[in-house]
Amino acid sequence: MRIPFKSGLAAAALALAASFAAPAEAGPTLEAVRKRGEVVCGVSTGIGGFSIADSSGRWTGLTTDFCRAVSAAVLGDAAKEKFVPLSPQQRFTALQSGEIDMLTTVATWTLTRDASLGLLYAGVYFYDGQGFLVPKSLGLKSALELDGASICTATGTTSELNLADYFRANGKTFKPVVFEAQNEARAAFFSGRCQAFSADMSYLSSVRASDAPNPDEWQILPEMISKEPLGPVVARNDLDWYTAVKWVLMALIEAEEKGITAANVEQMKDSTNPEIRRLLGTAGDMGQRLGLDPGWAYRAIKRVGNYGEIFERNVGPKTPLRMERNSNALWTKGGLMYAMPVR
Amino acid sequence: MSAVAVLPVRSARGWSDPSFRSLATQVIVLAVLAGTVAFLATNLVGNLEARSIRTGFGFLWQAAGFEIGQSFIAWSPSASFGRALLVGLLNTLVVASLGIVLSTLAGFVVGIASLSRNPLVSPLARLYVELVRNTPLLLQLYLWYAVLTQMLPAASAAPQLLPGVYLAKSGLHFPVLQHGTEPLLAAVLVGVLAFAGHGLWARRQAERNGVPAKLWPGLLLLALPVVAVALERAVTASFDVPRPTRFGFSGGGMITPELTALLIGLSLYNAAFIGEILRAGILSVGRGQLEAGAALGLSRGQALRLVVIPQAMKVAVPPLASQYLNLAKNTSLAIAIGYPDLMSIGNTIINQTGQAVEVIAILMCVYLALSLAISAFMNWYNARVALKGAS
Repeated sequence: MRIPFKSGLAAAALALAASFAAPAEAGPTLEAVRKRGEVVCGVSTGIGGFSIADSSGRWTGLTTDFCRAVSAAVLGDAAKEKFVPLSPQQRFTALQSGEIDMLTTVATWTLTRDASLGLLYAGVYFYDGQGFLVPKSLGLKSALELDGASICTATGTTSELNLADYFRANGKTFKPVVFEAQNEARAAFFSGRCQAFSADMSYLSSVRASDAPNPDEWQILPEMISKEPLGPVVARNDLDWYTAVKWVLMALIEAEEKGITAANVEQMKDSTNPEIRRLLGTAGDMGQRLGLDPGWAYRAIKRVGNYGEIFERNVGPKTPLRMERNSNALWTKGGLMYAMPVR
Repeated sequence: MSAVAVLPVRSARGWSDPSFRSLATQVIVLAVLAGTVAFLATNLVGNLEARSIRTGFGFLWQAAGFEIGQSFIAWSPSASFGRALLVGLLNTLVVASLGIVLSTLAGFVVGIASLSRNPLVSPLARLYVELVRNTPLLLQLYLWYAVLTQMLPAASAAPQLLPGVYLAKSGLHFPVLQHGTEPLLAAVLVGVLAFAGHGLWARRQAERNGVPAKLWPGLLLLALPVVAVALERAVTASFDVPRPTRFGFSGGGMITPELTALLIGLSLYNAAFIGEILRAGILSVGRGQLEAGAALGLSRGQALRLVVIPQAMKVAVPPLASQYLNLAKNTSLAIAIGYPDLMSIGNTIINQTGQAVEVIAILMCVYLALSLAISAFMNWYNARVALKGAS
């Protein structure tokens, strides 16, 4: 292939500039991402509100937005990202083998996964938990009233164990109908075989929004019977990359706490608040310390908004998923979202 | 005088010696096979160690912790993983044995119907066979399950078919005896023994007198103890009747729609194949046999039952055996429609314990044993129906 001299020169100059811009000792994943000019994120094959391809093939959702934020922070204005849909069985293998740079799916953070799979969880972007979807016509207020009910669920995660534990702990009984896949369990539930469908609340909200014949006729009971914190996962081989991903998440949460939004981030750059100035790179050297440039957090917020905006846009009360913030509210509003200090 | 030149016979050595060559080839193939297995096994052990995955069968005695929807033996989440596998095995055996009986009965009907001279019956049987044989079993199971769960009434609107018997989306609910079913089981056993004993005696009588044995005294012996005990229990013991609750029914016995759908799906699917096997068997018996039967004064039905079918079975039994094996192994599709069979419970155990290699090894051994048992029975039966003297 012949490369025209001029554009070849331009490319060489760009590469030279890039090599100056990037810290020399960046880890292998960060280095590879920069060289490629693209972040490759593993996503769920299709969970409305979290990661789902729309009719034009564009991936939308809370977890895909987080991938975009990381991409904007690391790669600058020319940020690009590729989404690789993965099944629950494939997702960790794809990360271990280096096929993807980061896993942004609905994978629960557990000790086993964090400690023994050669991976690291870089934080929590959604506090989830196993719950129950029931028809409103049953008039239930609490999951404890489900004594003696048939409950449809899927094998594969710990949902069967959580169910048995919950009902035993409360001295109640239930009849499990266990399917191999979520969509079979869901179909059996909607056909009326079971009085309740048990899965993670994020999934139940998604199912109610997109699969229920009439979303208003179904309700999610308030009880969460397990803890399922969902977060981004990276491979253990690059701590620089891990740190960058972790702090992009912190920056998005911090931005919400400080009232920085995608709309006002430009004006906020001139804020007199030293904390905001440090976050947006107009003061201090936070970007360099992460091995990134000063505008890292500014670009991430500019592109996808702060954590609250991401939540409201994808899964919040105004979306078909109708999820309340609850545990996912800021710590100042009684939730669990808390960013470490940027200083 | 002529000298006879004796040509020295050179014995073949090395690769030109056929017996050495065949021995050496076998040794090499065996060595390669053993080497591959050993390589894979060391790899497996190494990989499991590298990922610090526990190995061994100790987990079988740990508490399982999960609930099972249908169990023929006492089950609670505090029972062990081993017992969970046993529950699954019993669930599989129930489906496999009922499926074999039902598919054989339905298969006989289909096989004979497809040979019928009736202008309606024969094409219908052919249509059924072609329709069922040429669609995937999994799809048919989904269909039956959807039919059962979509079309039956909700538990709250379940019709009472008989006093205490309800049919709903949650299954068929019926009353069961409150205390101990042991006397009833004993009665069934006594009945079966009496039936078998009477059968032997009647056959001997029939051979002596030349008068065909009657069936009804045997059936009476079979039913009498069960009916007697059931009546006695019905009077003295109380029944556990299903009571409607907010979410369906509590108490009583139940047949779940999962079991029903699986049983219908497996039976109807295999009935099509069994029908074809029997049709082939019957066609293999010459027309002359039927005509000879008619010449002896046997009715068409008698000729079919006494002359044609016994000979047809000789041809039909070996393929029938492999059809039964198919059915037994296909019960593992149960997981797709939520029936807690051995495979489904094994899957759950793998998820809970991570002991995939061990659980899969156990499952393979169990299915192997089940298949070998069916094979052994069918071989015995085959030897019984085979033409004596014909090898």
